[in-house]
Amino acid sequence: MLNFLLRRLAAGLVTLFVALFLMYLLVEASIDPLADLIESTAPNKAELIAQRTEQLNLDVNPVIRFFWWLGALFTGDLGVAWKSGQAVSAQLTNAIGSTIELVSAATVLSLLVGVAVGIVSALRQYSAFDYVIIFFSFLLYSLPSFWVAVLLKQWGAIGFNDFLRDPLIAWPVIIGLSLVVGLLWSLAIGGTATRRVQVFAIAAAANLALLAYVQLTGWWERPQIGPVLLALLGAGTAFAVAGVFAGLHNRRALYTGMTVVAIGVVAYFPMQVLFDQVTESHWLTAGLALVTVAVGYGVGRLFGGPDWRLSARTGAAVALVMGTLIFVDQVMQVWGPYFDALGGRPIPTFGDRTPNLGGNYWVQVLDSYTHLILPTATLVLIAFASYTRYARSSMLEVMNQDYVRTARAKGLPERLVIVRHGFRNALIPLATIVPIDVITLIGGAVITENVFGRPGMGQLFVRSLEQAEIEPVMAYLLVVAALAIIANIVADLVYAAIDPRIRLDA
Amino acid sequence: MSTPTTPQPSGQPEERLENAIELQDVAGLSQGQIVRRRFFRHKGAMVGLAVLALTALLALTSVGVGPVPGWWQWTPGQTGAVVNPGGSPTLSMPTWLGGEGFAIGDHPFGQDEIGRDIFARVMAGVQTSLMVMVIIGGVAAIIGVAVGATAGFFRGRTDTLLMRATDLVITVPTIVIGAVVGKMAGTVSGVVFALALGLILWTTLARLVRGEFLSLREREFVDAARVAGAGNMRIIFKHILPNAIGTLIVAVTLLMSSAILLETALSYLGFGIVPPEISLGQLINEYQQAFSTRPWLFWWPGLFIVIIALTINFIGDGLRDAFDPRQKRIPSERKMAKAAAADDAAARARVPSVRPDAGVGGGA
Repeated sequence: MLNFLLRRLAAGLVTLFVALFLMYLLVEASIDPLADLIESTAPNKAELIAQRTEQLNLDVNPVIRFFWWLGALFTGDLGVAWKSGQAVSAQLTNAIGSTIELVSAATVLSLLVGVAVGIVSALRQYSAFDYVIIFFSFLLYSLPSFWVAVLLKQWGAIGFNDFLRDPLIAWPVIIGLSLVVGLLWSLAIGGTATRRVQVFAIAAAANLALLAYVQLTGWWERPQIGPVLLALLGAGTAFAVAGVFAGLHNRRALYTGMTVVAIGVVAYFPMQVLFDQVTESHWLTAGLALVTVAVGYGVGRLFGGPDWRLSARTGAAVALVMGTLIFVDQVMQVWGPYFDALGGRPIPTFGDRTPNLGGNYWVQVLDSYTHLILPTATLVLIAFASYTRYARSSMLEVMNQDYVRTARAKGLPERLVIVRHGFRNALIPLATIVPIDVITLIGGAVITENVFGRPGMGQLFVRSLEQAEIEPVMAYLLVVAALAIIANIVADLVYAAIDPRIRLDA
Repeated sequence: MSTPTTPQPSGQPEERLENAIELQDVAGLSQGQIVRRRFFRHKGAMVGLAVLALTALLALTSVGVGPVPGWWQWTPGQTGAVVNPGGSPTLSMPTWLGGEGFAIGDHPFGQDEIGRDIFARVMAGVQTSLMVMVIIGGVAAIIGVAVGATAGFFRGRTDTLLMRATDLVITVPTIVIGAVVGKMAGTVSGVVFALALGLILWTTLARLVRGEFLSLREREFVDAARVAGAGNMRIIFKHILPNAIGTLIVAVTLLMSSAILLETALSYLGFGIVPPEISLGQLINEYQQAFSTRPWLFWWPGLFIVIIALTINFIGDGLRDAFDPRQKRIPSERKMAKAAAADDAAARARVPSVRPDAGVGGGA
């Protein structure tokens, strides 16, 4: 294992070195730092050219310059972007955070939705739902992301901001939406005609009730979750998680979920006071999230029983959802002041923070979320399509295996066959694709950041390439290539960890 | 995912036995004929092929190719008087769609601020994109097959070396290398730009072909060919490659659809095709500022990118189904039920054993 890791790391370092060397020569060939001077009509043109050649060592062979750059890199010096005069390490530090926010939000969202939809689609192979999903994944796969991004900017941001000025959805639209949602649910769940009608009615009614609640309580002006909605949403989550992963007949798991929801609702009130008292930070939030998950796990452990791990996992999952809901509720509470501070147009189309906004931690979080919505949506739309397709084909493959037939033959309920034998094995190929796909998303962020003006790494790369500054471009390539190599090693490790047939020592 | 269509009018007795259909379908046919039949039966692929062919025809004939003039009255670079206020499109919908009666007019897609015809510009952009796409597909296929076949056939040190080279290219996202290469090659000409992109997009193909070769070279027919005295080149090109051609064609098709998105994205960023040549991505970049005042400048180029990429994806999907030997045409449950109901009770009794997806799809 360790041997494998060392071998891969060594090979990775060599790859990184050669890749950077080649890229240095390529970038060097494609940029021309003298372009503006050659076209200039200044009388001292020759002198200026000589001066800049001196400054950037353009008369030195690029191969030698690469080794100078590499030597400086080992001392931790990434160089200076000559046009702006900024240190590259400072530029990179600012940019990395923004890109990580974007890429991680997009990965998590598209993975959750894409895998869920893809698996349901595979379970309903050749049904109307399957065809609809296939068509949409094809469509999303064929969309140019920059085009979608500009569309979202114009319609999503400006349209939604206009909508917020007078937030009323027409009733026919609400009813139409509810019908569509009901139809989708009934297609996804399937079954006999009666069951489809039931599912359709329940889903449409629930959606109608939700939208009516939002409409009638003036939710858009004062969005909040509150204890009542928290209890409802939590109970729904508990039933869903326990129902899918443990089965509703497993009372311990269900009671674990419900207990966690009760704890969450009770904890909601002291948390309001606590959030006002302390100064929050991301570290505190992460710590609270860990505590929440631990509490959920502990509740499941206390319910005990022969299969306590299942209850514990259910508890942890429900606790995480409850914690997220309380967090979101807290963020929503600053919506009013935030809305006013931005003059009633809260969805921005540019940048990653509102400059000089001030406010406490929650305002800052809300501000970064509103800036994240549109770029994330763009990335998710495209990544979602590929994850759906991966998950669908992987699940189809697994469900045709002999061990699934065996599981059915020995009389396991279909839920167990799907969750334990199907779903888990379908995740194996996905787990190896995800780390590598993150690199694709970082590439996709180049376009998204450019359209939405987010000062991230992709933006840094594009700007610097345009400005003929080689140092920031090389710093970007260094980070991305190193990430790609690490991602590949991680993919191998994950594969070995979850699939016992793979042995790394061999 | 092939859409089930029955080859014969329903009600004939043989139709209910699914295996019989399959066997009857492929009896006495060569592999190529089977694949062609399956492909032509794939509705999505056929619609895609038709739409793509029409789009290509429209783009090629309307503004002409190179020195040959087309039938459209404007050329992409020609400026003229702005007809409608702001240059809005003269195309209007039929009355039943809420328009003012169907009309094409002088500038169906509208005009930009200096009076250039958007239809002509978009058609020129479609031409460029198709050209770039075909070149990228060709170059990537040639390099990918050469690298993959060499690595997979000779294995050992050659394989390690070539796969390390592939890893090198994969280390950096294609759009990033594309931007660097495009900044250099895009200013030269569209063809050079396409060739350069082809030089970086071959990696997935190479890995795929290598995998196919690694497994195919162990098969008996390769041994047989070698015993018969065939050389390496003959075995590679006459014996192994034809067996890997299905995977290859599908992969190249899907590569072309991502190539068109890459090309337009790079041109959008300004690292691709530069004026006076026209690309759809470059048009979007040029006109995105005018979105709120003249949205048509922005709609049409994007729409054509989507059309091209979508049709190619559908064609690729059809090809995949056609080449997949495991692919069986599974009639929908409704069709099976109808066929059963149309006939006597004996047929009805046989239905449960015929339903192939009873244990798989309808499970829960």
